[in-house]
Amino acid sequence: MNGTAKPMTGSDPILEIRDVNKAFGGVQALDRIGFNLENASITGLIGPNGAGKTTLFNVITGMLAPDTGDIRFAGRSIEKLEVHQRVALGIARTFQNVELFESMTVLDNILVGLFTRTRAGMIASMLRLPRTRKEETLARDQAMELLNFVGLQDYAHRKSGDLPFGWQRMLEVARAMAAQPRLLLLDEPAAGLNMAETGHLGELIKEIRSRGITILLVEHDMSLTMSISDHIVVLDQGGKIAEGPPRAVQADEAVMAAYLGKKATPTKD
Amino acid sequence: MQELLQYLFSGMTNGAVYAVIALGFSMLYNSTDLINFAHGEFVMLGALCMVSLTAGAGIALVPAFFVTVAVVAAAGMLFERLAIRPVRNPQPVVLIIITVGASIFLRGTGMLIWGKDAHSIPPFLDIAPIDIAGARLLAQSVWILVIVTALTAGLHLFYKKTLTGKAMTACAVNKKGAWIVGIPFKWMVLLAFGLSTGLGAVAGASIAPITMSSYDMGTILGLKGFCGAMLGGLGSLWGAILGGFLLGILEAMGVGFVSSGFKDATAFLLLLLVLYVRPQGILGTAEVKRF
Repeated sequence: MNGTAKPMTGSDPILEIRDVNKAFGGVQALDRIGFNLENASITGLIGPNGAGKTTLFNVITGMLAPDTGDIRFAGRSIEKLEVHQRVALGIARTFQNVELFESMTVLDNILVGLFTRTRAGMIASMLRLPRTRKEETLARDQAMELLNFVGLQDYAHRKSGDLPFGWQRMLEVARAMAAQPRLLLLDEPAAGLNMAETGHLGELIKEIRSRGITILLVEHDMSLTMSISDHIVVLDQGGKIAEGPPRAVQADEAVMAAYLGKKATPTKD
Repeated sequence: MQELLQYLFSGMTNGAVYAVIALGFSMLYNSTDLINFAHGEFVMLGALCMVSLTAGAGIALVPAFFVTVAVVAAAGMLFERLAIRPVRNPQPVVLIIITVGASIFLRGTGMLIWGKDAHSIPPFLDIAPIDIAGARLLAQSVWILVIVTALTAGLHLFYKKTLTGKAMTACAVNKKGAWIVGIPFKWMVLLAFGLSTGLGAVAGASIAPITMSSYDMGTILGLKGFCGAMLGGLGSLWGAILGGFLLGILEAMGVGFVSSGFKDATAFLLLLLVLYVRPQGILGTAEVKRF
């Protein structure tokens, strides 16, 4: 992944979420959400089910338009951009339920992920022009490197749908990395993984950060989230209720209330 | 024996044409999950365009052939842009009805442009039929077989070897996944329509010399191609080829040994049989993903 995400110096946030609102019918899925993601950091986005985490992911990636509010990526508003344009700018994601191209090989999944980074046009690729060939060889090398990175190099020619679930998750991470993102959104990457796999995943995420990629992580495995995150944002019922370093957030009363149920407020009977 | 061989030859010629049409159905389905019931009309446009360019405008066959394919492919993309993409709620049933409507529209347009008469043009190469064991094989049939082989090989390479081809497949396998890795979905659909209707044009332009072309030829050809695609397994390129040829040959045998009135019935009997016995087609995979 050379020459990709050049780390920005200083503390300019890579992603700024400003006052984002989204309602589905009468339900306020996102209620004036605002926070920043520091460059090359890991931010854990936590909250009970239905807090709006996945909705926020959908809004950031452009799969869903917010009702109001603005999202700025690397200092530029991306509000009007379509999904593939945001991918081209450097926003990639994985899904809670793993959305692979099941009938295609592991290698082909990555190659498709590289699609936005190749320039050869369709006609050129059909005519097998030398430039295209070179580019496709290069793409293949990059894809193999990514498979190495997640440890799937020996399964490149297997059908991706036949892989065990944990490996499919790794493959999806590798596919997201193929787009050479600067921001990677991971939606419950540890769901369905065993402890060893979860440990490996944690190392992998830190490794991704060390490559200068910013990570926004939704994860219910609290020990994983708290151990690898630099920063935590807590959502509840569409609103942001807390934000800060893991230790501070863990001690926060509003967070405890959201997770464990509201403390009985002393009222007169 | 000689009779059988003769039926086989004529069956192969028709079969090759059905195969190209089936290929158009199958590849569009492969990339967009859509069945274009106006596909036969694009075959008609191909044939009649070819007639106009050669017999009408006096353009040489080879350039006329390529111009025809380009024009029809452009028409196919225009169709996608104007009638398919703007659909707010793109459910399969809605889109299929739209393609049925488009087929009626195109047939009407064809009638306005080329009239109700049937047209014909001379073969690509004016060579006497080849005599094999007493059966005659038309030179144009050989041409058609060559074209089918080249097209299939080309498409196969496109899907298996090029990134664009893989991206197109990815769109069909998992829309959400394709969306998020940044494949410009709209362009892919447009491209798939262009390629698919271009294939239709190839079929039309190739049969213009051996058949009478008229504005209403597309319906039956489209249905035959669809049968071929279903027979072989919708979405499978080799299946489309196999299905097309099988249909053509069985049809010819039916005409030869049973009755000539049986010709078109063969296709539909086969289609019914396939739908009962093996809905996924001969080469189709059992698991058909729906979303």
